[in-house]
Amino acid sequence: MSYQLVVNGRAHQIEEDGQTPLLWVLRDTLHLTGTKYGCGIAQCGACTVHVDGQPMRSCSLPLEAAAGSQIVTIEAVEGPEADALRAAWVKRDVPQCGFCQSGQIMSAVALLRVKSIPNDDDIDQAMSGNICRCATYNRIRAAIHDAAGSSSSPANPA
Amino acid sequence: MSWRHGFRSARPARRRRRIGCLPLLAIIVAVIVLVAAIALRPRALPQPQSIAAAPPKSEVTHLRPVASFASIGDPQARSLALFAEAGRVIQHPRCMNCHPRNDRPTQTNAMRPHVPWVSRGPDGAGEPTLRCSTCHHAANFEASGVPGNPEWKLAPIEMAWQGTSLGEICRQMLDPARSHMDRAALLHHMAEDELVGWAWHPGGTRSPAPGTQAEFGALIKAWLDSGARCPA
Repeated sequence: MSYQLVVNGRAHQIEEDGQTPLLWVLRDTLHLTGTKYGCGIAQCGACTVHVDGQPMRSCSLPLEAAAGSQIVTIEAVEGPEADALRAAWVKRDVPQCGFCQSGQIMSAVALLRVKSIPNDDDIDQAMSGNICRCATYNRIRAAIHDAAGSSSSPANPA
Repeated sequence: MSWRHGFRSARPARRRRRIGCLPLLAIIVAVIVLVAAIALRPRALPQPQSIAAAPPKSEVTHLRPVASFASIGDPQARSLALFAEAGRVIQHPRCMNCHPRNDRPTQTNAMRPHVPWVSRGPDGAGEPTLRCSTCHHAANFEASGVPGNPEWKLAPIEMAWQGTSLGEICRQMLDPARSHMDRAALLHHMAEDELVGWAWHPGGTRSPAPGTQAEFGALIKAWLDSGARCPA
């Protein structure tokens, strides 16, 4: 069956089974490989993308449910939160192996858009579904604090 | 010549066979390796394992039909018996997992805390920063094994069931201040609510609640009609 998918602002006509996970479409059909396959069962968060602004695990979202939504991947996420997080990630040298980091950043962007100055509990809660096997959690948390202090999100005060 | 001969006689020849340490060590190591290899050799070759073509079907268990309670003459005893039978559903993990005693749902038949750590949030569907819809969608998704329903959310904390008795659950259900339902709404919730109905169609290898939602609804209706008695 054919589904229209809007990814990073571009419309695509996808000829796949409706039960295909969005992650496969992104990686294998659209070749957007920045979104990673980690566990395939929505336990690790490596495949996180934004669907209509909400962070979602693309391994657990069927194509037929994603059709018609605005999907943003790590390749195109932008805005003050994304810019601030990118700078903080570099400054803190957050990644170790890096495999989980695109999912971490997508969740962190979504967090800062909801809560511009999160405390430790907010960060732990929002990021609890993103696992890092290198255990860079302290650097991730510090980088989010850094980004929260430097990004401007006037629409979403803490 | 004699001097040389005499010298040799004074110091008898001692023919030493000089064997270095390394060959000895090599022999010892080889013996140890040989003994270990014999001792640790596999007793049976690994056998190939086949993956099941389909997940095992969960066993379906039935509920007693309402008609079978007609033989109980005492209305109070009949009401209690009806609720005890309905309690097999109410206290099933498919239902209890969404009625936790705190803000964190549980999962699996073992009712372990939900992984990852999530919290009910203001509307029972997760915190604004980590909604249930991050992973759970409108339907069970077999590819990831993640269950789903359009109304996926927790019961209100006033309706915490875990850690309470069936009698206490019964009294909660009948208390509109805690259940936020009158009896008609309670019957609808049990007999027709789609999210409750998920318990009989949980997908994957999850064991469904006993019987069917229709059978369960009939038990609840009969229990309400018989005076809605609660166990102690």
